[in-house]
Amino acid sequence: MLITNLTILVLAGFVGFAVISKVPNTLHTPLMSGTNAIHGIVLLGGLLVIGFSGNSTFNKVILVIAIAFGTINIVGGFLVTDRMLEMFKRKPEAPPPKDGEE
Amino acid sequence: MSGLATTSFIQNADFLHVLYIVAFALFIYGLSGLTGPRTAVRGNRIAAVGMAIAVLATLLQPTEGNWVLIVVGVLIGALIGVPAARRVKMTAMPQMVALFNGVGGGAVFLIAWAEFRNSHGYIATPTYVALFSLFAAIVGSVSFWGSLIAFGKLQELLPGRPITLGRPQQLVNGLLLLGALLLAALVADGSHSQLEFIGMLLCAAVLGKLVVLPIGGADMPVVISMLNAFTGLSAAATGVALNNPALIVAGMIVGASGSILTNLMAVAMNRSIPAIIAGGFGGGGQVAGASGAGEQAGSVRSVSAADVAIQLAYARLVVIVPGYGMAVAQAQHAVRELAKALEARGVEVQYAIHPVAGRMPGHMNVLLAEADVPYDQLKEMDQINPEFARTDVALVIGANDVTNPAAKTNPGSPIYGMPILDVEAAHSVVVIKRSMNPGFAGIENELYYKPNTSMLFGDAKSAVTAITAELAAV
Repeated sequence: MLITNLTILVLAGFVGFAVISKVPNTLHTPLMSGTNAIHGIVLLGGLLVIGFSGNSTFNKVILVIAIAFGTINIVGGFLVTDRMLEMFKRKPEAPPPKDGEE
Repeated sequence: MSGLATTSFIQNADFLHVLYIVAFALFIYGLSGLTGPRTAVRGNRIAAVGMAIAVLATLLQPTEGNWVLIVVGVLIGALIGVPAARRVKMTAMPQMVALFNGVGGGAVFLIAWAEFRNSHGYIATPTYVALFSLFAAIVGSVSFWGSLIAFGKLQELLPGRPITLGRPQQLVNGLLLLGALLLAALVADGSHSQLEFIGMLLCAAVLGKLVVLPIGGADMPVVISMLNAFTGLSAAATGVALNNPALIVAGMIVGASGSILTNLMAVAMNRSIPAIIAGGFGGGGQVAGASGAGEQAGSVRSVSAADVAIQLAYARLVVIVPGYGMAVAQAQHAVRELAKALEARGVEVQYAIHPVAGRMPGHMNVLLAEADVPYDQLKEMDQINPEFARTDVALVIGANDVTNPAAKTNPGSPIYGMPILDVEAAHSVVVIKRSMNPGFAGIENELYYKPNTSMLFGDAKSAVTAITAELAAV
């Protein structure tokens, strides 16, 4: 189990370096908020551990907080990244004032 | 979820694993869309679909349930996250990202703590699981508290200037790290003591705060990137402890991303990462006094908005150099209006973006994109530097250290060796600045005393708006 996981860990590190190195400077802020969303994956940790048997009340409380934190990351991260990227996508000479943004 | 004897294929461990593999494949595929503005929106949405699949797969696992608690947690998170993401201003993105980094780190250390308690101190837990879990707890805690401090500084709840313990700082940080590792070792060795676990979390918490407190404004991009990497790595460690491939892959990708950005930022400032962490530039104690050196006795030429408008109106190429001052004044829309007015007169306008302009990687690009500046006008340092020689007017808006020629000419300067934008090569340089106060780094800028430089004093937004108004009269 450990060996399999370590293999995944190391390979994923290299994949991450390869993929992220190609992101241009212009998109570095959306990249950061996008990775914010992706590390929201810790939500899975909260969901798994809260499913273990024998969690005390205190455990349940901190796990609910962890689940809330993970959800903030996922929803907030993807939404704000989407909002930002839409701005980049806009065509130079056709700025339709759409979206609900004030 | 009754009939547990007849587990359907949906709860088959291999099937769930396949879902995780689909999920992380979508993360990687989605992120590779971020290589260009055109494919990025779709990429982000693909990654979001991957996330939905990963969450769904986890909820399908046969567990104790606790559905009510899960729903409560998710609801709280959504109620906070959605409005925050919708309302946040683009100028406030650095704070937002800092807070999101912190929240991720917070989730990681809370999960590790719950794991520790649930297993009664890692009784009957393989040692490697305990080790990864402890690693996650320490790094998550550092990231959580460090990010909160970074958030406080960026939001100006805390003073932006460096706060240090002075000389003993490094020693204290070292002792805290040692303390955290020692306590972790005791726990991993089978002490089962929750007191030691909490002590470890506390050491890491104080360490996180002390590491970020001394870091001044200009070093913020480095710190935010680093905390981003920390949160990612701690998530990956949680993944190993929980034997969950989606967590491992996603965590490592974020770790890689944060590390790449940290390194890019450090290179763009010509400083080593340890030196930044140790404080300095943005002002460890030693720099504070030794800044100006008083050798700048030259005179400064102040001009009016009307003068600037005339210069700009008859230019062929104008390069705008934005900095943090533009963000603070929320001047990006005013800048875009000015550029439009110039373009209408046939003036070519470009933007020179230094990698560390602003408070996080890519900060200026986002602001200008918000103001509808076409992204092909945003030039990176290496692209724009050769252009300054044929630039008629370089308009510096709220940028300071990234234009300071001392970085090239004065070996005694704290920023010596930092790659800068060569604005002084332009025929004429106009600097919009509130006052002659030096920037965050507290370093005098020789640029302001050059014969081809003129200063337009004022708030970035009102100054730019005034120029645009004057331009109509030219």
